[in-house]
Parts: sequence; C-alpha cells; structure tokens
Amino acid sequence: MHGRAAALLLPLTAVLILAVALSATLGFLQVSIPDVFIILWAKLSGQGQPTGIDPVAATVVADVRMPRILGAVLVGGLLGVSGAVFQAILLNPLADSYTLGISTGAAFGASLVIVLQIFGLALPSGVTIPVFAFIGGVGTLAVVLYLAAGDRRLSSTSLILAGVIVAAILSAAIGFLKFLADEQVGLIIFWLMGSLAGASWPNILLLAPTALFGTLVGVFYSRDLNIMATGDRAATSLGINTVRLRTVLLTVSTLMTALAVSVSGIIGFVGLIVPHMLRHIVGPDNRLLIPLSFFTGGLLLLIADTLTRAVLPVEVPIGVLTALLGGPFFCILFKRRQRDGKTDF
Amino acid sequence: MAKPISEQADDLLWSIRGVNFGYNGTPVLRDVNLELRCGCCYGILGPNGSGKTTLLDLMGGLQSPQSGTVEFKNRPLDAWPKKQLARQLALVPQDFMVRFGYSVREVVEMGLHPHLHRFAAPSEQDQALVDEALEITGIAALADRPVTRLSGGEKQRVAVARALAQRPAALLLDEATSNLDIHHSLEILHLIRNRFEQQGMQVVAVMHDLNLASFFCDRLIFLKQGQVVCQGRTEETLTPETIEAVYGVEAEVTVSAFTNSRQVSFRLPVAP
Repeated sequence: MHGRAAALLLPLTAVLILAVALSATLGFLQVSIPDVFIILWAKLSGQGQPTGIDPVAATVVADVRMPRILGAVLVGGLLGVSGAVFQAILLNPLADSYTLGISTGAAFGASLVIVLQIFGLALPSGVTIPVFAFIGGVGTLAVVLYLAAGDRRLSSTSLILAGVIVAAILSAAIGFLKFLADEQVGLIIFWLMGSLAGASWPNILLLAPTALFGTLVGVFYSRDLNIMATGDRAATSLGINTVRLRTVLLTVSTLMTALAVSVSGIIGFVGLIVPHMLRHIVGPDNRLLIPLSFFTGGLLLLIADTLTRAVLPVEVPIGVLTALLGGPFFCILFKRRQRDGKTDF
Repeated sequence: MAKPISEQADDLLWSIRGVNFGYNGTPVLRDVNLELRCGCCYGILGPNGSGKTTLLDLMGGLQSPQSGTVEFKNRPLDAWPKKQLARQLALVPQDFMVRFGYSVREVVEMGLHPHLHRFAAPSEQDQALVDEALEITGIAALADRPVTRLSGGEKQRVAVARALAQRPAALLLDEATSNLDIHHSLEILHLIRNRFEQQGMQVVAVMHDLNLASFFCDRLIFLKQGQVVCQGRTEETLTPETIEAVYGVEAEVTVSAFTNSRQVSFRLPVAP
C-alpha cells in the first residue's frame, strides 16, 4: 500500500505545482505560466528582478499572489491531514478540527492576542498569534475529551456534542472580545470568516515544515491507525501502545490545525469532507488516505481561494465559501449514504 | 473431540500470583493464584461479573494487576516489549467491531502487524498465511467485502482469521462465540481446537456455555465474585456441586456418548 501511495506521489505533486502556477496567472494582472516559473525561480534563487518581465507583475506574483497561493495549499493540506487523523484516532467519521471545537478554540486564542494588542500589550505578533492559537486549540481539545470521556468509546454523539457545547461557549467569548475590540473589530472578524489574503512568506516558512512534519507523522503511524479501527483492546493485543498513539497524534493534529488557523482563521468543512470523500474513492486505508488528504485538501482550498480571489466579482471570505460549498456537498453525501442503506460511512 | 495430545510438553506458560484488581475501587479479582501450562486447552467459566474477562485481560497484558504478579513464560508481562508480546499472544474479542469499511483481507492482514517492520510490505509467505487463515475460517469468498457489511457471525470469523494470521503461541478467546448460532460456534471452536492439536497453539477461552466448554476445554477454571472457586481437569471440575456453588443452579452432569463429553442440564433450585 505504501507502494501505491509512493506511485501517486509524483503525479499528484505535478498536478499541485501546475495548479499553483495556473492560479498565479489569474487575477487583475494577467501573467503567463512560463513567466510565473521565471519569476519564482528569480525569487527563490535570490536574483532580484527577472529580466524581460514587467517588474510590477513580478512583484505581484512573487510577493502578493505566491504567499497567498502557497498558504491556501498548505492550510488546505494541514486541515485535510488533521481531519483524516482525527477521524481515524477517534474512530469517528464526523470528527474534525471544526466539529471538535479546536478551530474555534484556536480562533479564541488568536482573538485574545489581538484584543490584548489593541489594549497596548506589546507582544511580538509574528510568534504570539500562532502560540496562542495553539494553546487555545489544545485547551479546547482537552476540555472536549474530558467532557466526552464518560463515554468510554468516545462515540460520535458525545464527542460532537461536547465539541458543539465548547465551541458555543468559545463563540460567546469571542463575541465578547469583539465587543471589547470596538472599532477594530474587523481584525477579529477576519479570524471568524477565514481569509488567506494576509498570508505572507514568513507564514509559509512556518506552515511548510509543520505540514511536512505532520503528514510524515501521520504516515508513520498509519498502519497503527488502521488497526485502531478494530478497537482499543484488539489494537493493544496487536502490540500497539494506544495511549501513546492517541497522545502523539492528537497533539500533532492540534498543532497542525492551530497553525493553519493562525494564518487563515477558521475554515470549516475542509477537514471533514476531504478524508470523507477520499474514503469513498480509495477506501479507508490511512497509508493512502493521509498523504492523499494533504494533496486533495491543498488543491481544493487553492481552487476555492482562487475562485474568491480572481474569479468571483467580489471577494467572499474563504471560510464562508468553503462552508457554502462544502455544507450542501456534505448533505448530499449524507443523504446518499442513507439511501444506500449505509450508516457506517 | 480428541483429548489432549502432549503429556510431556507441560512447561509453564502463565504464573499468576496473589493478583488483585479493581476498577475505581470496586474489586474485580481478589487474590488470584493460577498456573497454566502448555498442552491443555483452558476454559475460564463463571457468572456475569465474576471477573473472567478481566482475568483474560491481565493474562494478555491488556491490564496490569494492582498487586501481585502475572508472568508469561517466566517473565512479568509488563517486562515484555509490546510488539514481542503480540507475537506470542493473540486475542479474539467478544464483539469484533470495525469502524470504517476495511476489506476483510485488510483486517486479516492486520494480524501480520507485530511481525512486520513499520514500512515493510507483507512477503509472499505472509500473504500465504493470510490466504490460509481466510481459507480455514471459511471467509475466503468474502475477502474483498467491507467488514462493516458482514453479519455478526462472519465478523467473528474475521477476528479469528486475524488472530490466526498473527501466528501466536497462545490464543485468548473472550467469549468469542457467544453471539453465534450453534453451527458457527462449533465450526470456530473445531478449527481452533485443530490448531491446538496439530500445531500446538495454546488456548485460553472465557466461555459462557458449559456444554461447549466441556468438550472444548481440557481444564476449567471457575470464578465467582473475583475469586477462583475451583480449577482442574474438566471431568473432575464439571460436577453438580461446582455448578451449584458457582452459579446457584441445580445441575445434572451426564457423559454423553453422542458428543463424547460431559453435558449439563440445569434447573433453578426448588424452593423448600
């Protein structure tokens, strides 16, 4: 199965690079695909302005479009992989960072920093927001797991109920922070609706290693994750340290989510739908599902972000767009499963 | 069924000494002392809540005793590396539940996990083992079906096939056939008994049905309220006295020529 995943790696990377290049050509300024590669090469090799290309176009592509495009790919990939891991480790096809409240927790952490900064607390913003987003995410996960722990199997219902409760409380808290932020409330609203417009090169340098690390950890434990699907006792009897597996993977997935949220704000449905859809196509094997979730999540979010950035007449916040597209899609999927008499997902 | 094969191979498998165990302060097992040896199929019997499954979990290293020691092959279970232990012991749980639609073959292949390096693909030999396990449990035709779509009996056979693919020295059965009809129960018990007799795979089974236990097991361990009431050869322990002491029912035990084993009939004690 790892062979199958490896065989898919090259074409998928090629598709992704092509999509990135294609997306970079779109927008107010039209740039050709070869020019995109020339501009990028110049940027990456540190040559300054490439010759023969409009310097404005070069700056737009290299410093405005590219960080945003890569941000979309990485955030989508992070959400996809963390969704796949959450679903596998919690044995629950409805688990993702959004339904578990982790995204809301991370947004709460980020909003708190913003408000503290408005009130004049001098914090180095580049680092503080991701750190607070992470603490918010981990804290929420801990509370949700604690609330659901009375039910030893961590069933769909109790987890999602716990996630909804905690997210509702946090939303109210975010509402209060918005009230405190007063005129600068727009900064917080950014978190709640999600946007990749603010993605910068330093963000990419933070997201890229996280995505690589998280995906590799997921792939590393993918066979163990498969076995977890047969229950704790059965997994333990096959030599798996279930407690360590849960701790490591929940922490890594929360880290992935929190960093994604710290750059983009809340973007729902990607983590839920991407692994879901893939499971229909390639089956539930995590050795395939986890790497594919990165590519599919990245590609989908890139398409959605390119739509709102360059195709739609008005820029719709990306979180709104994914929910508007993903929500109905999920409803159709859900209804079709019911009609086929499948309740197992 | 034929009775035990090897009288000479009676080396010690489990040694359980002074074991106490409880959940949240409620004692489940109290001062359990047992020795289990090679060459016998063991049955653990007792009423609901008597600690049978907990005892099996302790023997499989799935739980650690709060006091006392459980040794497997002369080594405390806690001292066994998990993966190494998984090459020795396999478990067939009562309700084998699988989330997500893994194919039957994928689930049986999971049995290879303790034998494979993390990124190693199963060798041809491993694949042959999986095929064999699918074959003898009678689920080869279902190999590509998702487990989530199987009936309870079929799922249970998948669990057995996976345990066989695990190539354990000893198999732990936790009421593995309780939810199956008599035909499927007998089939599964027969094939496990065959493994025991032909390949020396040791078996410890938590069981509910005394009549099935009687012809499947060579030795019985009776538990009541977390304590061992009685243990020994099936023909010596499966008596009306034991059954009344353990379950509180009147029983008649006869040797059936039809099954060539002891069979039990019960009734509630008549009020005086």
